[in-house]
Amino acid sequence: MSTHANASYADAQAGAAITKNGTGAATACMQCHGANGEGQATGGFPRLAGQGRNYLVKQLTDFKAKSRINPLMQPIANTLTTAQINDVADYYASLPGWKPAASPVPDTAQTARGAQLTHRGNWDKGMPACFACHGENGAGIAPHFPAIAGQRATYIAKQLKNWQAGTRSNDPQGLMKAVADKLSADDISAISAYLENPK
Amino acid sequence: MLRWINRLTQNGKFHPMWIVLATSAIAVVAAMIAVPAIYEGAKEPKKPSPVAVKQIPAAANLPEPDSGQHDLKPAPAGVQAVHFTPPAESEMPSGEFGDTVKLGRNIFVHTQTYAKGFVGNGLNCVNCHLDAGRKADATPLWAAYVKFPAYRDKNKKVNSYEDRLAGCFRFSMNGTAPDYNSKEMIALTTYSYWLAKGAPTGVELAGRGYPKLENPPLAPDTTRGATVYQANCALCHGADGLGTKVNGQYAFPPLWGSDSFNAGAGMHSVKNAAAFIKANMPLGKGNSLSLQEAWDVAQFVDTHDRPADPRGK
Repeated sequence: MSTHANASYADAQAGAAITKNGTGAATACMQCHGANGEGQATGGFPRLAGQGRNYLVKQLTDFKAKSRINPLMQPIANTLTTAQINDVADYYASLPGWKPAASPVPDTAQTARGAQLTHRGNWDKGMPACFACHGENGAGIAPHFPAIAGQRATYIAKQLKNWQAGTRSNDPQGLMKAVADKLSADDISAISAYLENPK
Repeated sequence: MLRWINRLTQNGKFHPMWIVLATSAIAVVAAMIAVPAIYEGAKEPKKPSPVAVKQIPAAANLPEPDSGQHDLKPAPAGVQAVHFTPPAESEMPSGEFGDTVKLGRNIFVHTQTYAKGFVGNGLNCVNCHLDAGRKADATPLWAAYVKFPAYRDKNKKVNSYEDRLAGCFRFSMNGTAPDYNSKEMIALTTYSYWLAKGAPTGVELAGRGYPKLENPPLAPDTTRGATVYQANCALCHGADGLGTKVNGQYAFPPLWGSDSFNAGAGMHSVKNAAAFIKANMPLGKGNSLSLQEAWDVAQFVDTHDRPADPRGK
């Protein structure tokens, strides 16, 4: 099941080196994604630590193939070999995923709305709960559905808008496009805010 | 009389699809037959529900279901369906009654945790009764609740709501029903009753069961169905149909095999499965499959091995 169970230690180590030092051709991942893959709110760089291996491989491969468009990631992914992509994915998948803060973050009206959409969906509009496919705690369902719990709000909001606009379209079966089309701008803000610290 | 299906579905907190199907003979049919486009998705005024009424067309001749748990009968022509919206979850009462409503919801959504002893497969009610039994056109509990007691051909007698729930446990959950006075049965009934708050009894509510499905242009075909399956269903339910597990529990339910519904379940009727699939699958993309694709993939799903009908059929 979980693909990262298959990652070998050696591969993950090679991947770790790439994330810290780059490859010569490729910039070190940690420069934008954080020393421990925790992402960066400014700039909307996503958390990668604990992300599903298959999902990471697919995204890097899609950047390379231009089926996911991103001017920053494109040139970097272009220089990576298939083996290097696998190694980097192994490494990030091997890191601990997001865990809730010890002291819960207080709810706001916005995060309460976000919680509703994330856990229950909005069936009046035909929108299923985010966690229906991204896992009961948003930790992802391997191999196709990435972890979204603890993800950067700036990143989530950007992606949802991209799905809506059609500027991101590498989702299987158009599933994310179908969901994103049912969200208002306020819905997107609420979901993004909630997912930074979901309960 | 109509028949029902039994299934319960979804999500409790968060999940997708199938579960209890089997239920009585009443609802499904009616629902399927009568309810088509009536549910417009949008909010209706909430409490006093007898609001909009719509004429339901006469039933078409659909293929006969293959066994007892799924005999569907046409609704009489001209039956009127009434719109109804269940109370919001935030309106759940407090106190002991409210606690029982909440327990019922928990059993419904996390059946594997709260009623494991009565379940013989890997499903949760919410797998088929989407949105914790709230979603119209996915066999909502509120619409079923007000249609009982009812006579069912399946066992040739007037059945209580508990009888109907027991059918779900026996067939869709491939298990053994809890005693009618058990906390599980009382909680499920209480949750259903609460969801139906303000609904008129004994009437056809829009959204009951599944929308009626027309016959397909071509006879359902397993080979075509396999192609539809791989393109639209395998992502979540697995190329092998055995579902996807996370931490030992199904995140996406198995559609066949030993952890799925048994051959006596309503979902084992191709007609029921096709109607469910057409209206609700893939999750979030209901009505994206063509009529033919829904029938073909239902046929494909229902031709696989699964636990036997406990009635020996």
